[in-house]
Order: sequence, then structure tokens, then C-alpha cells
Amino acid sequence: MSARAVLRTVLAQRSGAVGVGLVVAHVALAMAAPLLVPHDPTAQSAEMILQAPGWMHPFGTDRLGRDVLSRAMLGGRDAMLIATLATLVAMVWGTGLGLFVALVGGRLDAFAMRIVDALMSIPWVLTVMIFVAALGVGAMALIPVLGFSYGLSVVYIARAAALDFVARDFVQAAQARGERRSTILWREIMPNVRDTLAVQGAMQWSWILLGVSSLSFLGLGVAPPASDWGLMIADGRGVMQLAPWTVLWPMTMLSSLIVGVNLAADAFARALGVDRAPGVVAT
Amino acid sequence: MTLITVETLSIAGEAGSGRAVVAEAAFSLTKGQTLGIAGESGCGKSTLLLALMGIVKPGLVVTGGGVRLAGTEVLTAPAEARRRLRGPVVALVPQSAAMALTPTMRVGAQLLEAMEVHGHLDEKDRTGRVKSLFARVRLPDPDGIGERYPHELSGGQMQRVAIAMALSCAPQLLLLDEPTTGLDAFTQAGILDLLDGLRRETGMAMVCVSHDIGVLARLTARVAVMYAGRVVEDRPVADLLARPAHPYARALLASVPRLSAPAIPPSIPGRPPAPGSPDRGCAFAPRCAQAQALCATLPPLREIAPHAWVACHRPKTAALPQPAPDPAPQAAPVPGGAPVLSVHDLSVRYGRQGWLGRLRGIEVPTVVEAVSFELARGEILGLVGESGSGKSTILRAVAGLWPRSGGRVELAGRGNLPLRTVERDRQTLQRMQVVFQNPDASLNPRQTLREILAQPLRLYFNAGPAEVEANARALLADVRLDPVYLDRRPGQLSGGERQRVALARAFAAKPDVILCDEVTSALDVSVQASVLALIRDLCRSRGTACLFVAHDLAVVAALCDRVAVLHHGRLVEVGPAKTLCTQPSHDYTRQLVAIAMGHQSPVETGVPVAATA
Repeated sequence: MSARAVLRTVLAQRSGAVGVGLVVAHVALAMAAPLLVPHDPTAQSAEMILQAPGWMHPFGTDRLGRDVLSRAMLGGRDAMLIATLATLVAMVWGTGLGLFVALVGGRLDAFAMRIVDALMSIPWVLTVMIFVAALGVGAMALIPVLGFSYGLSVVYIARAAALDFVARDFVQAAQARGERRSTILWREIMPNVRDTLAVQGAMQWSWILLGVSSLSFLGLGVAPPASDWGLMIADGRGVMQLAPWTVLWPMTMLSSLIVGVNLAADAFARALGVDRAPGVVAT
Repeated sequence: MTLITVETLSIAGEAGSGRAVVAEAAFSLTKGQTLGIAGESGCGKSTLLLALMGIVKPGLVVTGGGVRLAGTEVLTAPAEARRRLRGPVVALVPQSAAMALTPTMRVGAQLLEAMEVHGHLDEKDRTGRVKSLFARVRLPDPDGIGERYPHELSGGQMQRVAIAMALSCAPQLLLLDEPTTGLDAFTQAGILDLLDGLRRETGMAMVCVSHDIGVLARLTARVAVMYAGRVVEDRPVADLLARPAHPYARALLASVPRLSAPAIPPSIPGRPPAPGSPDRGCAFAPRCAQAQALCATLPPLREIAPHAWVACHRPKTAALPQPAPDPAPQAAPVPGGAPVLSVHDLSVRYGRQGWLGRLRGIEVPTVVEAVSFELARGEILGLVGESGSGKSTILRAVAGLWPRSGGRVELAGRGNLPLRTVERDRQTLQRMQVVFQNPDASLNPRQTLREILAQPLRLYFNAGPAEVEANARALLADVRLDPVYLDRRPGQLSGGERQRVALARAFAAKPDVILCDEVTSALDVSVQASVLALIRDLCRSRGTACLFVAHDLAVVAALCDRVAVLHHGRLVEVGPAKTLCTQPSHDYTRQLVAIAMGHQSPVETGVPVAATA
């Protein structure tokens, strides 16, 4: 099926159209936000503390008097950028190792997968805390650490997808010809698992985005005073009863993006005929 | 009294337009009568069979006619009424017993369950009846075998369990869907004997679907040949075999390789129309040598002689001619000279001898033992044996896909080859190519034919894009495919075309030896002959030697110069194809020839283990 036909099938499904629409809107907003924000997102104002939504501040202000609308518009940029790069890292090493051990099999496969099992048993937040303690807060620490932690589940999925094909005769035929391992991986197996991995990549992205926001909430992610949804929720938590708008808007933005990615990924999975592997979720 | 009547039954895809899957099928059977339905894959025979018990697969709808079974319209009756018919009135032996039995349940319990559903007898009687059923289908140890799981049984034994299950409620009509497909010759003969005996004992009616008219000839009195959803000829089986009247039936029968006249038979050109394609006139006309303007109108099924119904405007009445002896092998240079591949004392075992097993003195069983043969330049050697005899294992060991545990595999000029492909150098690999059984699996579904054919060209000859293009076109022409296919993917090709592509890929390497593993067993018989002819022509014209592994002696005899017979991992006889079939010297070969000649029952003594089945 051509890329255009796939997109048409996705958009023909209601959930697919909603999902793709949400993702496109979020990405467009994130890119254009610096030009659109009505106020300086970091400008504090003692007189304007915790203002309810009104003409001046349609989403209200936070406990430092900053404009919630401006901060919400900008709040996904860092997280989305970090999530994108971390997803790339996770997909590249996870797919590489998963396909390789699936093809080689035997003791190497068993050994590598037990190590992956062991690493997966460590809660990823713990791993991140150790690394952040060592490297300091910021994207440079988050990208490799998240890429590594989330890549573990990609190893599983890539390996499982490839195992379906490793035993097929066309891989045997390539081995009988004497093709190099890299050629077999790239030309014989990759085209068959590409769709599965693409859908998996989209899911990984949404999980990592949620992860980055969680870390920001905990103070381990994006550093203040930057605008970030996780930070905004952490910041507004104490005054939630008094000024619910301080947490409501970042929550809405974050969850609409996550829901959008999931709906779109599901629709793509159906259009491509990919089984989403349930249960293999990094937590 | 009529047991089942099928009235102009038509079944089509939900979309509804164009050619139906089953069109205007009509027949009736009384108690004790038998009908065979023959045809190639996709002709609608299994759809028709399932409709007889009221099953229409999702995506299909009945567009006309009906099926009356024991006074009930089974296609329109409520589900409960249909359910009550199954068991005591009609029962099905499904195509693959291995798939039909639940893998996690003991076979005895599965049979009990089947009887329970239909409320037969009380519990104590049921247990006794399970044992008597197992005895009736001649399973070994009928008292104990019920405790086994399906995977602990052989293919033939599973088939017998499926038959016992169908018989458990003493049906008046037994439906059989390809009852012996996938079983080797000995097991097949045993199952056919059993079914024929059961029919005689019980007097039940039988409808059997098979692509193999030989199977139907053993079981049924009358055979209906289907093509593209329609019955094209329906008559007593002896008549059909002797003088088929419909051109399709004639071509189909002529394409079956025969041991009595070992030669590659003619194949049917073209491919059958797909369901949903425009339905005009005779469906076979585009492939028919005798097609005329008249064939643009649909020929009705009419009685051309007593009991002989044929749907053709100009049915033939002459007897089927004996296949002419094949001129090609004689014309070709007689293979000989120094062997290009020689195998000495090859032995193979599966599994590794663990240290624990060694301590306990457990030997890993040897699958292939002390097998030796030689292949001359341009020679085609057939390796024949029943399933489990080790014939594919030999091929895999020679190819280096599975390490041999002993013996030498020598390629002329390269000496003894390393055990595995990874240890062999590129030139060795290039000189020996493998063609696999199932082209659906051996061609990557995501690659175009251009990419598929480019791989050996790039790997062995460092071919650039222009060279790849030119060579790929030439290769397609060599296997008689149109160069427009270069941009297609395997899914867009028919089974026979796919196997041609697999052959083209093997010959792209310009090999000295090709190893063919059951390459025609997944193909329809009308296509099989053309693939056999292609292998022969390619090997002859290029001087390529071929090791041709197959279970069908008639196929091997038709293609090969010499035949090696394998039994329990050992070669029992090697000789020229013609003499081996006419004067077999080993006992086992004699049985194999006898069975291939006419579906005879195996001799009671000396039958291989698998056939205890």
C-alpha cells in the first residue's frame, strides 16, 4: 500500500482523523507559539497573582502572576523535542539489538535477553534519578537516559516481530546464498517489520513525552523558569483548590496530545495491518 | 429415499458482482451413494462441501438455490435445527486433522465431548464407545491411545482420530475435505482403505473433496469436476478416467504424472479466473485449445451419454491418449563424467548431545545414516522417501543449512565442504543453490521481483544496476515470465509463477548444482508439470546438476535420470529412473512402486512405522 493510500485509510476512520488532527494541531502550535504568545511567559507580576480567566489573561495567571495561556502554549516544546530525540535513540538501539539477537538466536539471544530482563526490572525513574544526580538536570542527561530505558521494551518488540520472519524460508534462502548478516537484517527482515516498528515508535514517543512531563513534575526534567506542562502542574499543585486553572490547562494540553498520538497510532496500526503488542509497556 | 438434494446452489462474495465462488451446483444423493468433487485450488470445492452441512464462511453469501438435508433446508434453518443435524445426520472430517484437534486436550476426551454435545448414551457407555471407535478406525492400542495428546500422534493417527470423531454419532452422510492431503503414500493408502471399509460396513453416504482424482477413484463411484465455481463434468469415475469429455477434465487428467509412462506430462497454460472477475461464457475457454466463437455463451450441463453430464459445447468422446514419451531427455547430452557433487557416508542427527544425556547414556537419534551418492554434470537425481525418511535433512546438510554429524560433501574442485554456510566461501555458495518447497515462504513478500533477482547478481557477480536489469529480464524470460513482472511482488503472482521466480533466483547464480526441496508439492497438478519441464530444460541447457527431493515417486520418475530411494534415513536403492520403476529390486521400493501405480493397500508386514498410522 502506498503512503498516500495508508494516510487515506487512516483519515477515513473517525478516531484516526481526530488523532491525526490533534497531533498536527499540537505540533503546529508548538512550532508557532513563540510568535503567537500574548504575554512574556516568564514575566512575573505581583499585582496579577492567581487571576481568574478574564479578558487580559484568558487562561488566568499562576502564583507568580505569569500568563497561563502563554505558558501552556509553549509548555510542550521542550518535552516534545526531548521525547523526539529520546525516541530516536530508543528505536535505533532497541531495533538494532532486537533484530540482531532474533537473527543470531541461540546463546547470544538468551544471554542478551536476560540482561534486558534484568535492566527492565529496575524502575526507570530510579535510573533517571541516578543519572540526573550524576549529570545534572537538562536535555543532555534526559535524552540518553530515557532513550536507553525505553529502548529496552523496543528490544522485546523488535525481536518478537523479527522472530516471525527469521524462521521463514526467504531468510534461510538468503543464508544459503551466503548473504551478510547486515544484508539479511536490512533487506530481508527490516521491510517486513518496518510497519510494526513505526507504530511502536509513535507509542514510544507518547510514553516518553509522558515520562519527560513526569520528570519535570518531580523536578528532574525541564528546569524552571522554562515553560513546561509538567513544571506548571507541579507549580500549581499547591494552589489547585484556589486556582484550578493553573493545573487544568497544562493537564488538558498534555492529555490531548497523548490521546491524539494514541488514536493516530491505533489508526495507522489498523491501516497497515499491524498487531499492536498489548502488555509490552514500559512503566 | 433422497438423503441430500442440492438445488442450483450459488454462493458468492458479499460484493456480489462477477463470477460466483460456487455457481448453480446441483446433485442429490441417496443413502449409501458416494460423490467425489475434484478440482484445483480456488475452484470452490471446499465452499460447496461446507455448504452441504449449512456452513457458509464469513464474507460469502448464498445467492441462489438451497441444500435440503434429510428434509431440512440447512442453509435457512435456525441454528438449533442445523446443530441437531450435525453428528447423527451429517459429519465432517476436516482438511487438516492436526489443526482440527485441540492441542491441549487428550484425544479420548475430545471424542467424549463430541458425543456428549449430541447427547449420546450415558457416560459409562460413552467411554466404552470411544474405545470401540478407536478400534474401528484401526488405531493401535485403542484402550490406551485416548490418553494421548494430538502432538503425540502421527499425521495418519490424527486423521484416524478425526474420522473416529466424525463417526461417533453414526452419521448418514460423511463429508471429507481432502482426507489424505499432506500424508505420504503409505499412510494415504491406509486411510483410503479404512474409509472405504467403513462405508461398506455402515452404508453411509459420502461426499469427498480432493484435488487428486486418484484418491476419489478409490472412495467414490461418481466424480464431479469443478472449474471456477461450476461443475463442468459429472459422471461415474471409471468413465471419467477412461474418456473425460470436458477439455478441462481431459487436460487435468493428462497433467498427472504416471508411473506407468514416466515422462513429464503436458500442463494447462494460463491460470483460472478469479472469483469476482467478469462471468461470461465458458470459464475455461481462454485456456482451451478447442475454444470457438460458440464458447462465449455459457454451455449448460447436459447428459451426453447415460449418467455422463458435461458442460461443454463440443465434448470429446475419445479415450484419453497415453502421454507421448518425452523427446528431450534422449536428445540431451547423456550426463556422465567426473561427479560435480559427491556425498560419502553422510550422517545427520538432530539435537545436541548434552553432558547430562551423555552421563545417562542417552544417544541422540540419527536421522540420516551413511548416505552416499554422486551427481554428474547436468544430471538430475531424484531422492524419494516418505515423510520423516530424512530426504529434506540430506538436502539441508548438503546445503549447509544444518550441520552434518559425519561424512564428506565434496564439490568438484573445492574438496570437502565445511559444515555450515557461514563457513563456506562465496564461490562454493554460488556454485550450489537451494530452491525451497513453498514459494510463498521462500520469496520475501515485501520485495519486488527485481529486488529478488538482484540479490544473487549483486552478491556473486557485483552486478551494477544496468547489469541487474538486463540479467533480471533475461532470467524472467528463461522461466517464461513476462518482464512486466519485474515490478510486481510475489503476492501478485500465482503459485506456479512464484516457484518460477524462485527457480530464476537460483539460476541467477549460474550454479553447478541446484538442490530442489519438494518444489512442486505445494503446486496444483496442472501447474506442476510446467515447473518440472522448466527444471529439466534449465538443467539440460546449462549443464546444471540437480538433486530433486520429493515424496511422489511418479513425479520423480517423470523428471529424473536416476532415483535414490530413502527409507529410515538410509538409501535402499539407487538406479536409473526407468529400471527402478519397472524392476525394483529392494522390497521397500517394490511397495512404493505398487502404491504409486494404483493406490494399492500396503502389504501388512514390513510397513514403515509412520504407516501404523
